[in-house]
Amino acid sequence: MSSDRGSATKEIRVQPIENGTVIDHITAGQALNVLKILGIPGTSKSIVSVLIYAPSIDGTKDVVKIEGRELNVKEVDKISLISPNATINIIRDLEVLHKNHVHIPKKVEGVVRCINPNCISNSNEPITSKFTVSSDDLRIVLRCVYCERVISEDIAEHLL
Amino acid sequence: MYPSIYIMAFEDMHIISMKDFSRDTIDHILATAEELEPIARGKRTSDLLAGKILAVLFFEPSTRTRMSFEAAMTRLGGSVLNLGSVEASSITKGETLADTIRVVNGYANAIVIRHPKEGSAKLASEFSSIPVLNAGDGAGHHPTQTLLDLYTIRRESHLDGLRIALAGDLKYGRTVHSLCYALSLYGAHITLVSPKELRMPNAIIKDLEDRGIEVKQTESIGEAIKDVDVLYVTRIQKERFPDHAEYQRVANSLQITPELLVQAQPGLKIMHPLPRTNEIDQRVDLTHHACYFEQAFYGVPVRMALLALVMGAIE
Repeated sequence: MSSDRGSATKEIRVQPIENGTVIDHITAGQALNVLKILGIPGTSKSIVSVLIYAPSIDGTKDVVKIEGRELNVKEVDKISLISPNATINIIRDLEVLHKNHVHIPKKVEGVVRCINPNCISNSNEPITSKFTVSSDDLRIVLRCVYCERVISEDIAEHLL
Repeated sequence: MYPSIYIMAFEDMHIISMKDFSRDTIDHILATAEELEPIARGKRTSDLLAGKILAVLFFEPSTRTRMSFEAAMTRLGGSVLNLGSVEASSITKGETLADTIRVVNGYANAIVIRHPKEGSAKLASEFSSIPVLNAGDGAGHHPTQTLLDLYTIRRESHLDGLRIALAGDLKYGRTVHSLCYALSLYGAHITLVSPKELRMPNAIIKDLEDRGIEVKQTESIGEAIKDVDVLYVTRIQKERFPDHAEYQRVANSLQITPELLVQAQPGLKIMHPLPRTNEIDQRVDLTHHACYFEQAFYGVPVRMALLALVMGAIE
């Protein structure tokens, strides 16, 4: 963290956080969807920094930093579906306490709405949506457990 | 996608999708149906399911599926409880399917359900401690239809190395999609006959080819009919076409007539899930090729086998 007092440009672009979470290596262009998953803006009073299309080793990436907030399992599951290469860094006292790649779950419940309007999971039944998850060359493929309809594109639009 | 080869324990099992079955399991169901066929024909009587009750929940109209399930249960000495019309039931009061299933669990030993929404049978199985048999869930699965189609092929022709042509609406027809997957377990050679507008989705063809199945496509029924053992015809629905003239042109191009059958193999069998409109000329009914009415009957022994297996009357 010795570079905290580096150039003014760097300080503006990569504002460090003292305690909270840095979600790094988000698929370029998905940062705003990550904010939506985290309910930001909303009732959260956290300070949030967002980098969109930042340069990275592989090309470009997005980064989201949230002060004073750690993520729950459902939030991480959702992020993994739209950004399978993301890393979750837990920051304590300006240091990285944990750094983990998101884990793509085999099954998700109550996370995505089925795109089939005639699917029973979209009716007034006492169930939550359920999908099996597979990945094919880093493309995430969701298959509804009830109607077997597949979602492989624009998953962010169908998040609950 | 299919489980590895084994015969599953049937008692208390739900029958939701063909994808749940291995080839050995299918063979076991078909062999059981063959044993029960004399009872289905009324040549023998049975009390295999005496004292058992089948709840028949049909949330949309059906004639042959509902009647053949009722015939199957009755032939085995069991009783049938019918939901009756949806309009007269608690469904109109807003009761969920989950609640209906839980209530009916107290009345019967097994449930057969047809429902307009995809995934409804799967949902029913989650709320049921008695076996649920899917008799069609919207555009989803209809496994007992596929099993009776396989049984018809086994009885009237042969399953191993079958050469089959499927003709008609191959785009929307769930029956043919499910049948193709099942036939892939038997190494079938499949010819698809349809107009461009109603071709089988590429994803399904690719899936079949990935399983090592040879798939040919043509628009000519005359070409397809020459070297196949079975011709499976499905209904072409008028509403799939923008105008009546186009529908008529396509329907005429695929019509099966005695004149067309001159080119067929002597042992060709023609199947159709029924109801038909004019896909098959009525004069074909009199030829030895026609087996669609027998196919409709075969629904009874196949459903008898399933009911007896899931209710634990036979293994």
